[in-house]
Amino acid sequence: MSANTHVFTGGFSDPVFQSQSVFRMLMDGMARPGSVHAVEHDAGQPDPLGTAAGAIALTLCDHDTPVWLSAGFSKSSVGEWMGFHSGASLTREKAEARFAFVEAGAALSSFGLFSPGTQEYPDRSTTLVIEVAALGEGQSFTLSGPGILQSKSVEITGLPEAFLRLWADNRPLFPRGVDVILTAGRSFLCLPRTTKIVA
Amino acid sequence: MSADLATYNFAYLDEQTKRMIRRAILKAIAIPGYQVPFASREMPMPYGWGTGGVQVTASIIGPEDVLKVIDQGADDTTNAVSIRAFFQKVADVAVTTHTKDATIIQTRHRIPEQKLTEGQVLVYQVPIPEPLRFLEPRETETRKMHALEEYGLMHVKLYEDIAINGRISKTYAYPVKVDGRYVMDPSPTPKFDNPKMHMSDALQLFGAGREKRIYAVPPHTEVVSLDFEDYPFEIQTFEQDCALCGAHGVYLDEVVLDDKGGRMFVCSDTDHCEDRREHGHVGAMLAPNQEAAE
Repeated sequence: MSANTHVFTGGFSDPVFQSQSVFRMLMDGMARPGSVHAVEHDAGQPDPLGTAAGAIALTLCDHDTPVWLSAGFSKSSVGEWMGFHSGASLTREKAEARFAFVEAGAALSSFGLFSPGTQEYPDRSTTLVIEVAALGEGQSFTLSGPGILQSKSVEITGLPEAFLRLWADNRPLFPRGVDVILTAGRSFLCLPRTTKIVA
Repeated sequence: MSADLATYNFAYLDEQTKRMIRRAILKAIAIPGYQVPFASREMPMPYGWGTGGVQVTASIIGPEDVLKVIDQGADDTTNAVSIRAFFQKVADVAVTTHTKDATIIQTRHRIPEQKLTEGQVLVYQVPIPEPLRFLEPRETETRKMHALEEYGLMHVKLYEDIAINGRISKTYAYPVKVDGRYVMDPSPTPKFDNPKMHMSDALQLFGAGREKRIYAVPPHTEVVSLDFEDYPFEIQTFEQDCALCGAHGVYLDEVVLDDKGGRMFVCSDTDHCEDRREHGHVGAMLAPNQEAAE
């Protein structure tokens, strides 16, 4: 038996309806980039994973979706917890990952090693779930693109330094590219590859 | 949960299937107009009855949703009635025929006349999702054409229409370009409905069960019908008004009344027609009855 028995605890208390509720927020978030949503249900995730990131893992990951974890998460019991509750396998290869979870403050050097899909199958790309300090406060960014009427302004605290540059490199790959979900505690917002961001 | 629902998971599909479809939906929204392959399941209804739309609806629906199902604009035809009954049985959700009250509208081949609003989701049942399929039967080739944004063949098809018929003769499933990138089949809706897809406030999801494809148009997204500068895209127009509610500028169905050439034109969107009649609008064929009643 593992000494970390807490990896067996947590998860949704009512998986069918709570994952439906989280998915509808994700769908609305992808359809309306920049809209901030708050997860009401507890995911019972271990530190340092946030509630929203934990709920997203429980909602979308399973044995079909290899998961990549950033260094901070790899050192914790997050991987074992995800494996037990979702059945997802962990991968060290960024290119194989369908989902990648990145802890707050982690250095992002490139999206390049994550899968952007292929020109024929751009859906076979990684979705990155990146924890930031806060959403709805802090530095203001202007978003535009499909799902946004003219433009939308969002406030984000603790966006990784290189993010805007990496995102600007991601956009011209279209239809290939990674999609990003920013999480902060219980709240999250979605940035599909079509969204343009201006500081 | 009541005992008679215990044999099925909520909304019929198992949770792993829902997760797979949900992931496909998120990617479809992120790449507007691109057809995402998905592992379509056998459903308890034949292909062609909307198995794609049903799987999309089953994956997104929750207990708080209000569902409306239409078939060619009508709430009361076989396909609409049976799919509505299916979701009442397996998901126990509220249903409505009123467009404005619905949160999810599953449709076979029409877009409601009433403007859809933010927060509503329109789910289309799609028979053949590939707009290039009748021009190029090989999937490997059509996929390459989408990858290279090589849509010349579609323009040749439209041009040949003009050369032979003097106009673009396609009246339904009229190809559109989404967000300036992917050419997409809007499902066999009449081309009358194409302008409603452009910059819609509602999210539009498309499910093709037999062909195993899901695609999407996010809200506020450009949807342009293909055409030529000298042969611009035009929608159908009707000389008559609706015979029951007198509506003008809506899509009308022609109904043959007898074998002496008698016919009437009525709204294809039954909810729109009923709503107008409730508000006192009267068409040509209802007017005499009303006078007799007074």
